[in-house]
Amino acid sequence: MKLTSTILALSMAVAAGSIAASAGAQSAAEASGPASPTGVHGGDTDGAFINARSFSEPDGEKLYRRVCAGCHMPDAKGAQGAGMYPALAGNQNLASGDYAVYVVLKGMHGMPGVGRMMTDAQVAEVVNYVRTHFGNKYRDKVTAAQVSAVR
Amino acid sequence: MPLTSALPMSKRDLLALIGKAGGASAMYFAMSGMGQAQASPFKGVPVLDGGAKGASVLILGAGLAGLTAAYELRRAGYKVQVLEYNERVGGRSWTLRGGDTFTELGGATQTCQFSPGNYINPGPWRIPHNHYAIMHYCHELGVALEPFMQLNYNAYIHSTKAFGGTPQRYRHIQADFLGHVSELMVKAVKKDALADAVTKEDGEILLEALRDLGALDKNFRYVAGKQSSERRGWTKGPGGGLSAEPVASEPLTFESVLRSGMWNHISDSMGSTHHTAIFQPVGGMDMIPRAFATKVGDAVRLNSKVTAIKQDETGVTAAYVDTKTGEKGTARADWCICTIPLSILSQIDMNVGADMAAAIGAVPYEASLKVGLEFKRRFWEQDEQIYGGITMTDLPIGQISYPSSRYGSPGPATLLGAYGFGAFAYEFTSLPPAQRVARAVEWGSRIHPQYKDEFVNGVAVGWHRVPWTQGCFGNWSDEARAEHYKNLCQIDGRIMLAGEHASYIPAWQEGGITSALDAIGRLHQRVMAG
Repeated sequence: MKLTSTILALSMAVAAGSIAASAGAQSAAEASGPASPTGVHGGDTDGAFINARSFSEPDGEKLYRRVCAGCHMPDAKGAQGAGMYPALAGNQNLASGDYAVYVVLKGMHGMPGVGRMMTDAQVAEVVNYVRTHFGNKYRDKVTAAQVSAVR
Repeated sequence: MPLTSALPMSKRDLLALIGKAGGASAMYFAMSGMGQAQASPFKGVPVLDGGAKGASVLILGAGLAGLTAAYELRRAGYKVQVLEYNERVGGRSWTLRGGDTFTELGGATQTCQFSPGNYINPGPWRIPHNHYAIMHYCHELGVALEPFMQLNYNAYIHSTKAFGGTPQRYRHIQADFLGHVSELMVKAVKKDALADAVTKEDGEILLEALRDLGALDKNFRYVAGKQSSERRGWTKGPGGGLSAEPVASEPLTFESVLRSGMWNHISDSMGSTHHTAIFQPVGGMDMIPRAFATKVGDAVRLNSKVTAIKQDETGVTAAYVDTKTGEKGTARADWCICTIPLSILSQIDMNVGADMAAAIGAVPYEASLKVGLEFKRRFWEQDEQIYGGITMTDLPIGQISYPSSRYGSPGPATLLGAYGFGAFAYEFTSLPPAQRVARAVEWGSRIHPQYKDEFVNGVAVGWHRVPWTQGCFGNWSDEARAEHYKNLCQIDGRIMLAGEHASYIPAWQEGGITSALDAIGRLHQRVMAG
């Protein structure tokens, strides 16, 4: 129901161009909804497909695989078409954890700020995961508090 | 106008008369007819007279914005050439049919397996009557339209959290919500609870209005009976002959409807872009770009990936690579109308001013997903009497849309098995295409159990994996629009931008077309000013 209303609001908002604005109404509405008799509707055990408005994947690996890989690809090597998605594998821009946090939260050019649909802890988790995988070896971890400061 | 000629009267007098006779809505429509209250900015194609002075225009992108610009500029005498990345025209105005292939970013290739005549529009799929510009071109180019069944009272609203997960017919939720709310309002009026806002006389009118709106009985109650069953449907409908007597249906309780949250879908079809009449091209959305191609297809160079856009004092040069041969080339003209999506354009080397460059980089592209599913038969029609329209659900598939054509035909048929935005769209996109289809079948079977036996094949498009858009549409925030929109649309030297991203109608083809018309009108003024 509130999930349904999300999809509706999003599809309706296409015309109004107010998708971002509609996202703010979520948490209060969900909290006030009736308890589900059947539990979640069949979302995945790794947290995917739980909530239409925010990501529920609990850790960096799952967030990367179920969200980020849609564009940056499962091997983090990016892709080439009329334009390209940058590889995150071996990406020197990731030397700055703050930069990575900023891009995840605020987006970059065509990239949406997907971190707006994650908690501070989730953003930190996924940034730390990418900065320590795919050939990246940046051992300094970003914290949820850092994310909160950028948000 | 016969009335005015028979009896001389001012337009204002006429409007007053219409207003008295038919109420405000009649007056509105009359005013619309006189051109005083247009619902859309489109007032016809800009007049590009005076000749083109031999000027040439390079158009980048052969979606509807680029095709519109090419068509109108050529007609006005301009020399036009178009570069297009894909091996077809149309861009997001796109249809997948049996035999079509689609290779997404990451390399996965799907070959659509639909039977002849079946299709899915992965991008835009409907045309509201008030999108006057695209309606104009459909008529002018001879694109046949048919009604798109936006609202079907017999389709479902489904929630995993209400009614034990059992889908509810739209007519039940809509009639019962309006009925119960109307009954409550009647109680408020009768208790004088609205005395501060409504006079006694108006209160009497309001009571009758509520009885009518809510299908209340003679005692102003929403209960099982003729009035309510005429709205929500009978348990046993009236017929003919000996056993024809109808049996009234029992409304859902107000509490169950209210707590279900399903009332939020009553407004789905109330937005102006979903108003009836609303249409689709017969046979697929790409009938529109195909029709444009009969006029300007010879000016389009396909398979051309633009790699750089450079302007100088006398013109604009675009460098491109042929995606089939690897051959490099350039195209040059006096002016350039660039319709490349900002998600791609922001990556292309281009010498525009800082303001336009900042605007190009300021617009994120939204995630979206569509899945087309083919089934052996139209079980939604044959078993459930659902002819077109949309079932809404809180499952990750978001909605199921039944085909608005060829009702009752035997054999396989396709429906839209998933369409959504937001987090689910990202999560769908990150799955391999076959898994997207499998999940759409799995979730859809919770609404239509026939899915599992009747499913034949499917095709899934996650828009962030589409190589020429890297997303569904430009999702302007209010802040970004305030800061950048005008800079995006201004002429920068010899370059102008067009496309849905250069409009206040994001994601709709009307935005792309009206932005192109606006751009060529301003370009023509510039050329004429010479």
